[in-house]
Amino acid sequence: MSTIETTTDAARLISYGLRPKMLPARDEEYRTLVGRARTDDDFTAAVHAVAAGLGLVVIEVTERTGIVVASTEDSPFAIRMTDYARRTSSEGKAAERVVHALAHLGAATLAYPRPADLADESYIGRISTEGVDAFVREACARLADRVDDEHTDASATEPDLDAAWRVYARRARTGSTGDGRKLSTSTIGVTSKALAFLADQGLLVRTSDDRGGTFRTTPRYRAQVREAGAVMFDELLSLGIAEISDGTGTITVGWDAATVEAL
Amino acid sequence: MLPVAAGVVDVGFAQRVKALACTAPLHDLDARKAQVQTADFAVYQMSELALHIIDSVTLAMDFDTGADPQRVIADVAGHAAQQAPDRAPAEHEKAARWVLENLINVGSTDRGFRAVYGLTAGDGEYRTYAFDFKLLEEVPGGDGEIYLRATTEAVNVLVGALEVDIESAQIAADLRLDTLIRRGRLSDAQAAAQTARYRTIQYGEQLRQRLEATGRDVHSVDWLTEMPAFLDEAVEHIEARYKAENAILLNITEIRDTADTADRKRQAAQLVAIVRECLRRHDQLGAAVQLAGRRFRAEQDRQTFTPTRAGGTLDLHAQLLVPALELSVVAADLVLGAYFVTSTGTVVPPAVRLSDLFSALITPPTERELLGGEVTEPDLDVIEPEPPFPEECYELLDELLDLDPEAPRRLSGLLEAAREMHPWLPSLVVIRVLALAAQEIHAAVRHGATGVLMAIDDGTPLTDREFAGSDLIVARAALTTAAEEGAA
Repeated sequence: MSTIETTTDAARLISYGLRPKMLPARDEEYRTLVGRARTDDDFTAAVHAVAAGLGLVVIEVTERTGIVVASTEDSPFAIRMTDYARRTSSEGKAAERVVHALAHLGAATLAYPRPADLADESYIGRISTEGVDAFVREACARLADRVDDEHTDASATEPDLDAAWRVYARRARTGSTGDGRKLSTSTIGVTSKALAFLADQGLLVRTSDDRGGTFRTTPRYRAQVREAGAVMFDELLSLGIAEISDGTGTITVGWDAATVEAL
Repeated sequence: MLPVAAGVVDVGFAQRVKALACTAPLHDLDARKAQVQTADFAVYQMSELALHIIDSVTLAMDFDTGADPQRVIADVAGHAAQQAPDRAPAEHEKAARWVLENLINVGSTDRGFRAVYGLTAGDGEYRTYAFDFKLLEEVPGGDGEIYLRATTEAVNVLVGALEVDIESAQIAADLRLDTLIRRGRLSDAQAAAQTARYRTIQYGEQLRQRLEATGRDVHSVDWLTEMPAFLDEAVEHIEARYKAENAILLNITEIRDTADTADRKRQAAQLVAIVRECLRRHDQLGAAVQLAGRRFRAEQDRQTFTPTRAGGTLDLHAQLLVPALELSVVAADLVLGAYFVTSTGTVVPPAVRLSDLFSALITPPTERELLGGEVTEPDLDVIEPEPPFPEECYELLDELLDLDPEAPRRLSGLLEAAREMHPWLPSLVVIRVLALAAQEIHAAVRHGATGVLMAIDDGTPLTDREFAGSDLIVARAALTTAAEEGAA
C-alpha cells in the first residue's frame, strides 16, 4: 500500500478518535482500521505521526473502545477552560478555574478510588453529582483537620497564596436563585456541569437523575484519566511535590500509616 | 499558609475575635435596614428576627434533611408580625425573607462571610488573616429540593458558647437547669432545656456525617477505635440525658400542677413540651446509634470482599487530589489546568465550506419509517453461574466448622487450620464466620435445629497476616427449648 494511502487511513482512524461516541463494534470501517493499527507496525507509526502533527497523543487503540486520543495543551482540538466555563479567562480568576478543575479531578478520583480500579480494564465506576461534591469536601475537611492544631486562617493580604482546599470549602454547596434555578457557581452546580460535560464527551453515561445526576464510567474515560493523571503527576513533580504509592488505596480517613501497618 | 510557628500566635485571642465576628452579620442587619429602598423596615428588630431564623432552622434539622426555607419564612413572619402588628402580612414575609437572604449572604460568590483580623506573631510582626464562615448553608435534600442547615458557627452564636467541649458544656447546662428549677426560675430553665436539645442535635449531625462517609468507603472512617469511642460517647450522652430529663420532667410536671399563677402554669407547660421534645430527639439519636453497627457491617460485606488487583498505577487520591488541594491557588491552577486539558477529551472546531452549508440547507429532511425495522428474537443461552470458590473448599469448610459444642475455637486457630488445608479456604472461613456473627437464633429454633453455629466478639484483636479485626470465638451452641430447660 502506498504511503499516501497509509497516511489517509491513519488520518481517518484519528478522525474516529475525535468522535468519541463511535465504537468499532458498530462501524465496519472503524473495526478494520483498529485491527490494522493493532497488527501493522508501519500503520501504527503513521497513526502516531499524524496524531503528533495535530497536537494529539494516541493513548490506546483497543477493539472495545476504538482509538482514544488526548490533546496536548496547544492543540487546536484542546478544550480550553476559558471556552468551557465563562468568566474564567481573566488573570484574577485562578480560583474559579481551580474549582472547575477540582470538580473534574474529584469525579475521576471517586470513579476510580483505588489504584487497582484505574488499572482494571473491566472496572466500571459509578458516581453522582452530590457524591463527587461531598467527596471533594471530605478531602478538604481532612486537610482542614490536619492543620487545625496550628493557627491556620489564610492571610488577608495575599489571596493568591490561599490553599486550593480553602477556596473549594468556602464555596456554597448549593443555592437557589430568585428565578427558581439552582446556583451555577455553587460547588454542586460546578460539579453538575462537569459531569454533564463528560457525558457529552462520551466519557460518562448518565444512568439516572438521582442525587443530582448519577453516571457510570466508560473504558474511554479510564484511559483518558490515566493519561491526564500521568501528565498532572509530571507537573507536580516539576513543582517538587510527589507522593510515592505502594499500590494500595489511600482513601482513609482517621487511619494513619501506622494503624494500617498494624492490621 | 504563612510561616507562623504553632503556639506562637495567641489562639485564645483569635477565638474571641472570631466569636465576635460571627455576630457581626446580625448587627449589620439593623445597621442596613434603613437603607432598603423597596420597603420601610425601620420598625423591625432585624437581629431578633435573625436569631429566630437560626433557632427555627436548628430545630428543624434532623438526620436526613434540613429546614424547608418556605416554612422557616412563614415561621419567622409570625415573629415579624408581633413586632409590627399594623403592617401588612406580605411585608412581614418580605422582612423575613430579607433577613434569611442576608444570613445566607446571597450577594457573595461563596455565599458566606469573611472577617479580617490581625494578630501579633511571636516575632512581633502584626499580620492580618481572613476568617471565612457561614451562618446558614443551603444543602441538597433527597428530593432534589434545597434545604437550610445552620452551621456550627451559627449554633455556637445561638447558644452563646464558643469553642467549647460538647460534653463539659452539657454538664454545666444540666447543673444550671437543676438549680433554676429548684429556685423556680422557669423562663431560664426553658432556655437551658433548649441548650441541651441543641447538643443532641449536634451529636446526630456528627453521626450522620460519619455514616455517610462509611457508605462511600468503609475505610474512610476509623471503625477500629475512633467510631466505637464516638458511639459510646453518644450512648453515654443519651443515657445521661434520659436520666436528667426524666427527673426534670417529673419536677416540672409537679410545678405545672401545683403552680399558683396562670402565667407560671403556662411556662411550666411549655417547658414540659420542650423536655418531651428533647426526649423524642434522644430516642431518634438512640435509634440511629443502634443501627450504626449494622450499617457498618452491611457496608463491610458490600465493600471488603470486592476483589483488588495489584497494579502499579496512579493513586488519584493520594498522588493527585490531595497534593493539588494543598497547593496555593496559583500553583494549583497550573497543575489542574494540565489535568483538565488532557482528561476532558477533544473538541472539533467547526470548519464549514459555504457550498456545503448551502446544500445542507436545501436538502429536504429524510422521512423515517414510523415503526422501524422488524425486531428479531435474540437466541439466549442460560449460563450457570460458577461458584466463586472451588467445590472442595465448601466440603473442607463444613468439615472445619463441624465443631464440638463443648469445644469452641478461635477464628485465628481456624484460619491457621484452613491455610494448611487449601490456599483459598481462609477467605471462605472469614466470610462464613462474619455471617455467623450476625446469626439469628429464632430461625434455627423455628426449624427445629439441634444446634447453631455462632461467632462472638469478646474484644480480643486478631493478629493475622491477611485479615484484621476481632479474634471471634466460633462455637456450635446446642439449642434447648424453654420446656426442656424447665424440666432439667
